[in-house]
Amino acid sequence: MTELPLIGEAVAVAANPRLAGAKIGVVTFPGTLDDRDAARAVRLAGGTAVELWHGDTELGDVDAVVIPGGFSYGDYLRAGAIARFAPLMSRIIDAANSDARLPVLGICNGFQILTESHLLPGSMIKNDHLKFLCRDQVLRVENNTTAWTLDYQAGQEITIPLKNQDGQYIADEKTLDALEAEGRVVFRYVGFNPNGSRRDIAGISNAAGNVVGLMPHPEHATEQGFGPESLDGIGGSDTDGLGFFTSVLTKIVGGDK
Amino acid sequence: MSIDTTKKFNIDTVENAAKTPDTELPWAELGLKRNEFDEIVKVLGRRPTGAELAMYSVMWSEHCSYKSSKNHLRQFGQKVTEEMKKDMLVGIGENAGVTNLGDGWAVTFKIESHNSPSFVEPYQGAATGIGGIVRDIISMGARPVAVMDPLRFGAIDHPDTARVMHGAVAGIGGYGNSLGLPNIGGEMVFDSVYQGNPLVNALAVGVMRHEDIRLANASGKGNKVVLFGARTGGDGIGGASVLASESFDDTKPSKRPAVQVGDPFAEKVLIECCLELFKGSLVEGIQDLGAAGISCATSELASNGDGGMQVELTSVLLRDPTLTPGEILMSESQERMMAVVTPENVEAFEAVMDKWAVEYSWLGEVTDTGRLIITWEGEVIVDVDPRTVAHDGPVYDRPYARPEWQDRVQADTFTGSVQDAGRPSSPASLAAAVTELVASPNMCSKSWITNQYDRYVGGNTAMAFPDDAGVVRVDEETGLGVALATDANGRYTYLDPYHGAQLALAEAYRNVATSGAVPMAVSDCLNFGSPEDPDVMWQLAEAIRGLSDACMVLGIPVTGGNVSLYNQTGTTPIHPSPVVAVLGKLDDVARRTPSGWREDGQAIYLLGTTAAELDGSEWANMRGHLGGQPPKVDLDAERALGEILINASRDGMIDSAHDLSEGGLAAALVESSLRYGVGARIALQDVLDRDGVDLFTALFSESQGRAIVGVPRSEEVRFTDMCKARGFAHTRIGVVDAASGTLDINGVESLSLDALREAHEGTLPKYFG
Repeated sequence: MTELPLIGEAVAVAANPRLAGAKIGVVTFPGTLDDRDAARAVRLAGGTAVELWHGDTELGDVDAVVIPGGFSYGDYLRAGAIARFAPLMSRIIDAANSDARLPVLGICNGFQILTESHLLPGSMIKNDHLKFLCRDQVLRVENNTTAWTLDYQAGQEITIPLKNQDGQYIADEKTLDALEAEGRVVFRYVGFNPNGSRRDIAGISNAAGNVVGLMPHPEHATEQGFGPESLDGIGGSDTDGLGFFTSVLTKIVGGDK
Repeated sequence: MSIDTTKKFNIDTVENAAKTPDTELPWAELGLKRNEFDEIVKVLGRRPTGAELAMYSVMWSEHCSYKSSKNHLRQFGQKVTEEMKKDMLVGIGENAGVTNLGDGWAVTFKIESHNSPSFVEPYQGAATGIGGIVRDIISMGARPVAVMDPLRFGAIDHPDTARVMHGAVAGIGGYGNSLGLPNIGGEMVFDSVYQGNPLVNALAVGVMRHEDIRLANASGKGNKVVLFGARTGGDGIGGASVLASESFDDTKPSKRPAVQVGDPFAEKVLIECCLELFKGSLVEGIQDLGAAGISCATSELASNGDGGMQVELTSVLLRDPTLTPGEILMSESQERMMAVVTPENVEAFEAVMDKWAVEYSWLGEVTDTGRLIITWEGEVIVDVDPRTVAHDGPVYDRPYARPEWQDRVQADTFTGSVQDAGRPSSPASLAAAVTELVASPNMCSKSWITNQYDRYVGGNTAMAFPDDAGVVRVDEETGLGVALATDANGRYTYLDPYHGAQLALAEAYRNVATSGAVPMAVSDCLNFGSPEDPDVMWQLAEAIRGLSDACMVLGIPVTGGNVSLYNQTGTTPIHPSPVVAVLGKLDDVARRTPSGWREDGQAIYLLGTTAAELDGSEWANMRGHLGGQPPKVDLDAERALGEILINASRDGMIDSAHDLSEGGLAAALVESSLRYGVGARIALQDVLDRDGVDLFTALFSESQGRAIVGVPRSEEVRFTDMCKARGFAHTRIGVVDAASGTLDINGVESLSLDALREAHEGTLPKYFG
């Protein structure tokens, strides 16, 4: 059977040999949904996407990892609770905490997996309105020094899709205070808090800034004609999310695009 | 002596059946009629075993056999020209039809009902409706790429509507979102006729390369038969034959336990697992398990193949070990598939199962005996010709006649009726009327619903709600894609079933063309009352005749669909509701046309002409009137309009297009303005003069074959020349006004977009939180 459309290799981008040499792994668990989308975003940003399987015991030679959205293991027990025990997650945790500080981005279910893995503090509970919500969400980039936000301006507002049922970020007050004090609140919801998250937090990082997790989906705002501006048309552009991927690629290849 | 099919130890073998011809069997409880049971005995030459009876009863149910509609449905296969067939790769009869998209691509789509289960248990009913239609798509060898859900519920303010609404929408979201399939559109209609019989229809679309098309047949003696996916449990037993064949009635015992329960995670894994099987060419034939479960899968696979099949039923992996053979055969447990695998591929098949941690069990093999033989611990409990189960069920020529009340209803026109008193004419009352219209239950924004569905996943959604059609990219290299729309108008069809069904097709066709896509194929979900009522049967016969005639004129074939009957409470049927889905092709989805305008100063044109057609309209509905004749159907005009919209999209002559349907021009103007929050200035004098209608009629009439388009100044001459050359009525009715923040219609008080949006979007949250 021929690989189906949705795999994304075909999207043409201006090839940059340096960026194309950077390999970003995209992990697939049973129940992962946005893996092809994340891989497409990597390619649209000029990098090379590498498929990773949850059961793999080696990480290979990837330069960064995206843990994409979806419902790994059906969100059974608790979102991300089962996926964190995957063999590959142990390698990712080790690599993220190593001196090499492997850049890791967790999107939506990926963010939930990162909190379950204790790479990031806090947790996500059901949205305060108790419903699945899909909407275009304005975020403020609070910290543009992480591996995944270098290409944004501090304070820049971006619009990317949000779609989840368990997106309410919670942590104890002490943790929240520490996150704020250390500049680890990377994204905040602007204008509307879509799920009751504490202090409007949409995404956070670890202390080193190589691990970032957020509930909204930057990979769905990386291609003209398929993002928030085209689908909903209320403000924003179609490609506000591309900066996540160009940021990490630029960092991997050493600064020059 | 009677056979108790609920006790496991009482295994009724074929041998026993032959020896005990006079045993009483619970055929009536299983939904069979006397004549049908007699027919089974005749076919077998003996009484059926309990297991055989279970199989025949589910497969000969209305739901699985189409026994009341088959004689009429034939028209879809007959009224087809060679031209219409040229892109049809697989037609009616398989799990879903397949249409050629070109460049080696094929697309498969189908719409189905899950009405009764969604009333009994809205969440699971709606969820498993998605699950079932998605498995139909996978069975064809395709990757599912999107879903849509046309919904029809009772009155918006009835207390039970909230139960159904919350459950069904959460179910569709809970299941569909977990599969990674974008939900790209659908419908939401509230009408008290659906109070006890809500309609939950589900559409799925999938794409594949030509060489990947798979069919449901078991061929090749010695090939292995495997059941994989979820385990078989007690859910949905009797659902297919009992739930879907009988109306809801207080006097009958509750049938709650008959609704099946879905596990979207299992389905998602099943999708990926099947695609990997297809990729490795590891299956010879494949069939999903839906209504009638293993009964359906084994008999259809064997019947479509070239031989027979032998299956050991105790090999089925069970969730509930107490299930009897009959129950196992009837179980509608979700997320299961059956496949035929050559002995050489067994090992590779098992490796794929193990990779995805999917359970499987080998049940038996394909034989050349022409018989479907099912054993229980080696003893034969089923020995039938599979064709008699799957294809040669009873067919009824149900009596039908034009209802005596039809003339009376058609004579009762809205104009001049009591409900028409005080028709708005002043600028202030017309403005209030427009606002009331766009806030009404059927015309209000559906974002409360669609915001609970993921429209982004997959990254190929080019258009979704609230545009006229959903558009999904198929090929990233070329931009090749498909557009889909579903439509039905139960009120029109009630007033005139023949033309009402045609109007549903015309609207779906227009919606697809409005997006810029070339309409190619049709799938329909025919939701009606009891076929045993001659009035209802006439509605069904007329609707099918109308639909098949219209398909001929528009040149697009029906490739599949579903019939849902017995949608009635007591003796009161729903409005006849043929839901029609049209699929179109876009060579490049970048050329799609959205429904709203954005660029200041662009010209707004109204295409088509307006007559005084308020019967059956949303306005009449808001005033509580239903009578008269539905709007006139002119399929040649629809085709001409479609060609204009498609050409204009391809050649970049228009930036926006929105079809006129329910709610007429008033609804379209508001929706096109709210789409991107950009206002317009509109003057309709030319339309009033040309068509001889008043301003109210121009705004609220539901005349067909119309659309409004936004034309860039630079393209106006080219665009109007094209309309002139084709002799199609077109009138410049205004300009886009980006700065105003209002919709200004001459003769109507200025409408602020903020106020319109509040009215439009406030209705569903007000009722449903």
